[in-house]
Amino acid sequence: MHTLTTWATSVPLSEIGPATAEPVRAGIYAVAPLLVGLPLASAAILLLLGRRSDKWGHWLGVLASAGAFVIGLLTFLAMLGRDSSSRILDVHLGTWIDAGAFHLDAGMRLDPLSLTFVLLVTFVGTLIHVYSVAYMDHDRDRRRFFAYLNLFVAAMLVLVLADSYLLLFVGWEGVGLASYLLIGFWNHRTPYAVAAKKAFIANRIGDIGLIVALGLMFATFGGVDFGTVLGADMSGVNQATLTGIGLMLLLAACGKSAQFPLQSWLGDAMAGPTPVSALIHAATMVTAGVYLIVRSSAIFDAAPTAQLVVVVVGAITLLFGAIVGCAKDDIKKALAASTMSQIGYMVLAAGLGPAGYAFAIFHLVTHGFFKAGMFLGAGSVMHGMDDQVDMRRFGGLARYMKITYVTFGLGWLAILGVPPFSGFWSKDKIIEAAFIPTDGQEWRAWVFGMVALLGAGITAFYMSRLFFMTFEGERRWSTKTDGSPQHPHESPALMTWPMIILAVGSAGLGLVLGLGGRFVDWLAPVTGSGEHGEPVLPAGVLIALTLVLVVAGAVLAWRRYAISTVPVIPPIGAPLTRAARVDLYQDAVNDALLVEPGQHLTRSLVYADKAVVDGGAVGIGQTTVGLGQILRKTQTGFVRSYAATMLIGLVVLVVAVLVIQS
Amino acid sequence: MSLDHYLVLAGILFSIGAATVLLRRNAIIVFMGVELMLNATNLLLVTFSRLHGQLDGQVLAFFVMVVAAAEVVVGLAIIVSIYRTRRSASVDDVNLLKS
Repeated sequence: MHTLTTWATSVPLSEIGPATAEPVRAGIYAVAPLLVGLPLASAAILLLLGRRSDKWGHWLGVLASAGAFVIGLLTFLAMLGRDSSSRILDVHLGTWIDAGAFHLDAGMRLDPLSLTFVLLVTFVGTLIHVYSVAYMDHDRDRRRFFAYLNLFVAAMLVLVLADSYLLLFVGWEGVGLASYLLIGFWNHRTPYAVAAKKAFIANRIGDIGLIVALGLMFATFGGVDFGTVLGADMSGVNQATLTGIGLMLLLAACGKSAQFPLQSWLGDAMAGPTPVSALIHAATMVTAGVYLIVRSSAIFDAAPTAQLVVVVVGAITLLFGAIVGCAKDDIKKALAASTMSQIGYMVLAAGLGPAGYAFAIFHLVTHGFFKAGMFLGAGSVMHGMDDQVDMRRFGGLARYMKITYVTFGLGWLAILGVPPFSGFWSKDKIIEAAFIPTDGQEWRAWVFGMVALLGAGITAFYMSRLFFMTFEGERRWSTKTDGSPQHPHESPALMTWPMIILAVGSAGLGLVLGLGGRFVDWLAPVTGSGEHGEPVLPAGVLIALTLVLVVAGAVLAWRRYAISTVPVIPPIGAPLTRAARVDLYQDAVNDALLVEPGQHLTRSLVYADKAVVDGGAVGIGQTTVGLGQILRKTQTGFVRSYAATMLIGLVVLVVAVLVIQS
Repeated sequence: MSLDHYLVLAGILFSIGAATVLLRRNAIIVFMGVELMLNATNLLLVTFSRLHGQLDGQVLAFFVMVVAAAEVVVGLAIIVSIYRTRRSASVDDVNLLKS
């Protein structure tokens, strides 16, 4: 609610609402469009030149991404030099659409939130570009891969830098396209192509939400740019409309961020090359939904019902992903389930209102680091193990891949939330925020707080399971696909250095940003710093409880997967395990509820089209032809028969007239 | 000589003409049938003209004769022309429009 009250009156600088933006043109901000331009140009060059750029294409891709990072960093430093009250800037790029009552300028919104994303996307993106140079070394389509990666970076930057929902939508679709292209990068394998299609379709369902939200915004506020929509006086707007916009935005976020009930695509998206999973399906694109919710905070703050749904969706996904993660044997799918669960945390935090926005983004950033690091680690393991992904076929790899082991270990400690690693600073704050009653409703604090707390315990269990199954215990390696024995080996330096840097981030970023609430203050101009209530349990107790659960989960995993023997053939398991292995039947449910009825519907429509529409059109033609065939026979070409016809007609006429007259 | 006699004679002449037109293949004979039908009509026109004591019918009969004469000129020219190109005066052979 603080955004409503602060908008009209003069308020302390730290409580400036999200709507105040000032236009800028000069200085470093003038080159900000290059943030998008560089990767986009690189993608265009690589795609247009084709095979001619095979030799140097990947380095151009790295350079474009690194260039974007440098510009982002310079913009960030310039922004740091400004007063925190004047950190929301609009870079005007020109008129985009001018149609009657609808006028829309294209521009870039530079503020702490978008710059946070810019730095995360370009920094992690550049590291992953470097990693991919080595990882994709043997792939003959490496140049195309880098073109798509650059396209993704450009689209993601459009998404976060847009100053209107419509421009955001352009980036939103762009990342969807890049994600589709990269999941199906090896589309010569049918399941991979199917996975790409599945991701695209699930995303499209979310996109409908964004489109409807755009329409509602235009109808309600008369515009779709952030200034008009987020700066509007929400108290004068119908509550149902606001809730509708909020729910539609949530639908969009669910599609993009793999939240319940649109979560089914993320596991399959692991078909893409591992760097893609790290960049798009862990660190950046899947978190775009969280960005959308936080960006639209003014709407959600004014629509408590939508906010409650956001929290519920986050809580469900959090547990859903965690449970699925416990049963997956495919290392990438386990990580994907974990990503889903962690984004559930972020969505939950974003639904908590001003108390949670900053922590949602904070967790997003730390998660971007440690999850990308772990994905790269998984890629490194696959690289050394002949693309094996079954964790039951790993074991004891710590001795053979020391750098991967250590970097993965740091990511593992970070996601567990062990102090002082990154995850502790962000996740613990989310748990604490979840325990704060919203609008004085204590039941919400208890329910969502306990879910978040429980999630932390399960997270500790499944991440430890993954870690121990891979790196500890005895070897369970099988032979390579060609029959020769496995030779696990450390990856080349181009792969290990990005992992090391990300691991450093996993370890220290939380401390650097979290200590003294630095990150929260940095985001304050966008997210506001509303009054925080007190959690229903003291913060110290919560931290202790979380740690106890985390340690319990880790110890349980240690006993089951490091000390005792892990069977190579998965045991049948409890009913819940079996359900979790098939993603809690999400595909079966989707198939039964949507896919099959949809197929029946389309088949009946095709039948109706053939029978009724085509039948009608063709039938009229056939009838005409048939009549013509019959009438044609009277046209004999004999003059006499024509004359006879005329005579008979005449006689009939005369007789008829006579009959009528008599 | 009552009116009936004239009517019956005209009917017989008309029927013979019509039958000739419908049944014969030779274009010239068909033409003669047409003339017969026209003359049957003329007979009726003159008959009724006399019956009513008015000259309209007789004038009309003259018109018919004039038109018939003109028609014969054009028709015979066409028949001759067709005969020259197709070596036949049969009306059944003149079916260019059909095929």
